[in-house]
Amino acid sequence: MTAVEAPVEAPPVVRREPRRWQGPAAFAAVALLALVVAPLLLEPFRLGLLAKYLCYAIVALGIGLAWGQGGMLTLGQGVFFGLGGYAMGMYLKLHDAGGDLPDFMVWSGVEKLPALWTPFGNPVFALAMAVAVPVVVALLLGALVFRQRVRGAYFAILTQALAAALVILLVGQQGLTGGTNGLTNFFDFFGQDLAADETQRGLYLTVAVVLGVLYLGARQLVRSRFGRLLLAVRDGEDRVRFLGYNPATVKTLTFAVSAGMAGIAGALFVPVVGIISPALLGVVPSLELVVGVAVGGRFALAGAILGAVVMGYARTYFSEELPAAWLYLQGALFVLVMTLAPRGIAGLAAGLVRRRREAGT
Amino acid sequence: MRNSLWRTGAVIALSTVTLAACAGQSGKSDTSASSGGGNTIKVGILHSLSGTMAISEVTVRDAELLAIDEINAAGGVLGKKLEPVVEDGASDWPTFAEKATKLIAQDKVATVFGGWTSASRKAMLPVFEKRKALLWYPVQYEGLESSPYIFYTGATTNQQIVPGLDYLKEKGKKKLFLVGSDYVFPRTANKIIKAYAAANGMEVLGEEYTPLGHTEYSTLVNKITEAKPDAVFNTLNGDSNVAFFKQLKSAGVSAEQMPVMSVSVAEEEVKGIGVDNVAGQLVAWNYYQTTDTPANQKFVAAFKAKYGADKVTSDPMEAGYNAVYLWAEAAKKAGSTDVEAVKKAAGGVSLDRPEGKVTIDGDNQHVYKTARIGVVQPDGQIKEVWNSGEPIKPDPYLKTYSWAGGLV
Repeated sequence: MTAVEAPVEAPPVVRREPRRWQGPAAFAAVALLALVVAPLLLEPFRLGLLAKYLCYAIVALGIGLAWGQGGMLTLGQGVFFGLGGYAMGMYLKLHDAGGDLPDFMVWSGVEKLPALWTPFGNPVFALAMAVAVPVVVALLLGALVFRQRVRGAYFAILTQALAAALVILLVGQQGLTGGTNGLTNFFDFFGQDLAADETQRGLYLTVAVVLGVLYLGARQLVRSRFGRLLLAVRDGEDRVRFLGYNPATVKTLTFAVSAGMAGIAGALFVPVVGIISPALLGVVPSLELVVGVAVGGRFALAGAILGAVVMGYARTYFSEELPAAWLYLQGALFVLVMTLAPRGIAGLAAGLVRRRREAGT
Repeated sequence: MRNSLWRTGAVIALSTVTLAACAGQSGKSDTSASSGGGNTIKVGILHSLSGTMAISEVTVRDAELLAIDEINAAGGVLGKKLEPVVEDGASDWPTFAEKATKLIAQDKVATVFGGWTSASRKAMLPVFEKRKALLWYPVQYEGLESSPYIFYTGATTNQQIVPGLDYLKEKGKKKLFLVGSDYVFPRTANKIIKAYAAANGMEVLGEEYTPLGHTEYSTLVNKITEAKPDAVFNTLNGDSNVAFFKQLKSAGVSAEQMPVMSVSVAEEEVKGIGVDNVAGQLVAWNYYQTTDTPANQKFVAAFKAKYGADKVTSDPMEAGYNAVYLWAEAAKKAGSTDVEAVKKAAGGVSLDRPEGKVTIDGDNQHVYKTARIGVVQPDGQIKEVWNSGEPIKPDPYLKTYSWAGGLV
């Protein structure tokens, strides 16, 4: 929570852009690594795990946008992730049931398919809802909250409460949502066998491409007039208001974009991992995502992505090697980064590059 | 300059961690490729070693490791020693699915023993079915499931909940109050209890759920004392039991006036709740540490010798311990650890275990088990007051019970 009001200064905005080729070159290198090298080198199980980390990276990208660029510390991004995931899960469940009731409804005593579920039999509708529902929820929440000038820790607590509330709702409506078990046991993904290695490789590539596209989109957004305005709102909301802009609109739109990203991530996560459950979208997973972004570096979009992947990898590694110590190591990593490098790994890297450049000139 | 040194140090530390992770990962996959070929048979053990479920699941892991040690000491299976590969499900259902995949795809284990909560089993089920691998699930559960790739060595509903209700009915308890944690097992169990009550002239006065880990029960205890039931049927799980029994006791409700029948409170939980708060209450299981069989004397002695004299044994631990023996026996019968061969050979495998005679039902892959009702004693042990006399045939879908017709 210290991060909410922490006197961490954003790095100075560099206006001059030396060596314009460096950014695209780095992006192409990472894309080559992700799209060609990783699928060749990693065995299917590890590739599936990487696909999972990349799903979290999409959420992290949204958090980087809302928090790093817009100053909105959202501790409830799991809500949007979950809404997207459940929309996809509902489609897959209905598709597998093939006209019958989904398995969990049978044992929960539901006799007729609930009206809420019926349209999700259509994949186009389900995919649209995976993005639309999170966006609409974020727009409504943003419109209510930002107009009232709720910000900082109050906004963070509110989003966290939303995550807690959604979990209680999902667990309580077992017949409608599968309760604590969530939705699982999917077999078929648009005609492909989900267990097959080729399907999982295809899904991995899809996730990687979606992440790349969203990253480029977010980068464009940050560099646009709107992005400058967003930074201005983060650093001096009242001043922006006096200049005649409405900060509430800027923040609401950004929040909705980050929610939409989380929704897409959720929809991709379900076929990759094969389950969506309340445990994946509550307070703790939402916080872990924010911790990942902080570790990676929230002021750079690439830092947010890096943080999510590093944390995901570290989690798998430590839980396989030192299960008892994982939580402590995660905490230690967070404390270490926050005290020594408040701008995260990306901030450190940028600092080194700048210093080298200054030394060179 | 000092500052920048610190920062550079941090970068190096972080990269080392990441690199170590990568190195560890690749090194691991190299060594594990040769499974089945050597002189050992790898078996997976997958329980929560961290998180809220760790307190319960660690004890089952210990019992399973004990069984593996004993089998190895007796010469192993098919001339090979068993080599356990232990993974942590971290009380997180997707992690169970991930680690199950790892055990099957990377470690190439012959079988996996694991799981506790229904949610973890539901998350692992598609993994085992798709990859045609075997899971042995050792905990009593809500029934209504029979996966071809899971063996269920804990009780299904007709071996625990139904006998519990029979016992209450026999004691003339006509009005029940249902209390449970808010997840699949309690909700399904209560559906069965309501169907049973309706068919047996019993009345359900109330049905309340609290989130897992909930600890504030004064309102609920008030509701119960106002409703004045003859007995409470308790499907709370984990820590919640501590708070519930404490607050029930401080409200002055005694076990004689209004007994609580619990299906998730065993010897281990009694220690946690505090014997004073729970002494005299009823529990329904298939095994107690006090169960009087030669196999149990051996099991309790061996467990204490390995893990400490203050340790207790409980039903899920015994079911996990049995699972290893049942699998080993089926593999010996099949002459192979091949999944399909073991499945085929498992039907009818029968052993004298601590709880008495257990036999695998080849049709639904559950186990014949003796139902036992017990009363918690002031020393923390559980004394059996009733048993079903013979092992009950598992019936996960309650097909042989006319009152359960509307449930599935």
